[in-house]
Amino acid sequence: MPALLELEGVGLSRGGSEILAGVDLTIEPAEIHSVLGRNGTGKTSLACLVMGLSGYELTRGRILFDGKDIAKLSISDRARAGITLAWQEPPRFEGVSVYDYLSLSGAGKPDRLDPREALALVGMDPLQYADRMLDEDLSGGERKRIELASVLAMRPRLAMLDEPDSGIDSLSIDTIDKVIRTIVKRGAAVLLITHRENLAEIADRASAMCGGKILKTGQPDEIGRFFRNHCEDCAHINSPGQNGYPGVEALAFRGPTLSPSGEGGQ
Amino acid sequence: MTQTLDYELELDAIARAYAASGGDPRDFHATRGGVLVVSGNRALVGRGTEGLTIETEQLSDGIRARIVAHRGAHIADPVHLCFGMVPTRGVQRILADFVIEEDASVRFLAHCTFPNAVEIRHIMEGTVEVGENARMEYEETHYHGDTAGIETLPKMRIRVARGGLYRSTFKLVKGAAGVVDLDYDVTAAEEGIAELFAKIYGKGDDRVKVRESINLEGRGSRGLAKSRIVVTDRASAEVLGEIVGAGPGSRGHVDCMEIIRGGKAQAVAVPLLRVVEESAKLTHEAAIGSVDKRQMETLMARGLSESEAVDVIVRGLLR
Repeated sequence: MPALLELEGVGLSRGGSEILAGVDLTIEPAEIHSVLGRNGTGKTSLACLVMGLSGYELTRGRILFDGKDIAKLSISDRARAGITLAWQEPPRFEGVSVYDYLSLSGAGKPDRLDPREALALVGMDPLQYADRMLDEDLSGGERKRIELASVLAMRPRLAMLDEPDSGIDSLSIDTIDKVIRTIVKRGAAVLLITHRENLAEIADRASAMCGGKILKTGQPDEIGRFFRNHCEDCAHINSPGQNGYPGVEALAFRGPTLSPSGEGGQ
Repeated sequence: MTQTLDYELELDAIARAYAASGGDPRDFHATRGGVLVVSGNRALVGRGTEGLTIETEQLSDGIRARIVAHRGAHIADPVHLCFGMVPTRGVQRILADFVIEEDASVRFLAHCTFPNAVEIRHIMEGTVEVGENARMEYEETHYHGDTAGIETLPKMRIRVARGGLYRSTFKLVKGAAGVVDLDYDVTAAEEGIAELFAKIYGKGDDRVKVRESINLEGRGSRGLAKSRIVVTDRASAEVLGEIVGAGPGSRGHVDCMEIIRGGKAQAVAVPLLRVVEESAKLTHEAAIGSVDKRQMETLMARGLSESEAVDVIVRGLLR
């Protein structure tokens, strides 16, 4: 049985810089897999590449979903195949109610969740929120919860969650843990992107990322220790090979050194 | 008014046109709130309510109307206005004076409907006086059919007295727009509030021009000039959002967004801020371009096609 998602030597270049330098990663069905790394190491770009966003075209390697190469599929086709992404900072929509937004999620799929049920699952009272507009009146935390509800409503097979605990009015790890487990209980795998090791540890497996490469994959506590010992205070972000991590092959990183706050638009 | 067969037929025809614009013809018979129904140059229904007087005078090419909300009257139900023409050609000129006296409050729901327009000019020239601590809300929805054979020329001059509020929304998003030249000009006195909002969808060869101008004359007055315009095909749009900060501590904001769909559509946005009092503060945001990529990709990541995603975003903006 093939892995749900399989990345083979995946590369991505943007603006002349190599952002992903040969990523190998597999996600199994119903697995929670966290990708842990400091800001600017390529985590968000990895999710954008898998989702097929514009400007994130594969420069080398293969992306297999259910054993099929999806590199040429549009965002919509990838979503219809069961892949989705919850952005770190989800956009606002003028004139679109929360209910309407959630109704659009996975529209046409027979097993999609009712918007009210999806709201309740992320701890939001449907009576209070269904008619609210998805605009600037919502707090950052409310908007992020609604994004998670939208992922739930869609009933995806692979949900990629980018820094679900970041931002002002951020969600608690308990809430995120609960939502992730609900997504998994409903048959999806989760790719959890984070720079916080305590969040990464709710996963079944974890991978540490730096310099556009997966440095190490293993049990979350093991990867958490690795991150704590090697990455948290590292002065050589995206050039980890200079220090020579024990047990990790030195990386030949060819891109520029990014600042720790450089992630987001990458 | 004498109720003749001719009258009944015309009322029925304008009621159907009203429904086409999104109105509910039962509004014509509302027993609470006022009603004014004008077909061509005939006022078919003109009925005030407690605290509200509606007077009309027939002109050769339209009507003159004077609508007064009397001092302290709080008109709880909306006042329904319908201006329209069923024939394909002609001119309708509406000269309207609204007087909202001190401490009164009233909300107007206006539908302007020209479902068969081939060659029509709809001229609206109005004045509004919002008295001290009074409040007027005016929501205007237009429907011009699908042929774009209409010129719509609304021109309003509004004065908001101390502590008063004027809020208007002009909406033309269904069917063709034709030629639109909207010109709203508000002056707000001390602690007065003026909010202007235009939402227009231009298609085909439609030409849309919007001028929203607010003069914040009084101390602590506030103003918002907001527009959401979408143009597609060969349509063009030109928006001027203008605020003058003349009153001490006045605050104003221009918020203009124009979306272009299609290679030949054109849009111009000019936010114009003028501060003549050092403690006034004015801000603006103006955006012209295609649909926001992040919004579109978010919807596509939930399974919508690109065109479905664009439709959702545009419908939301014009809602």
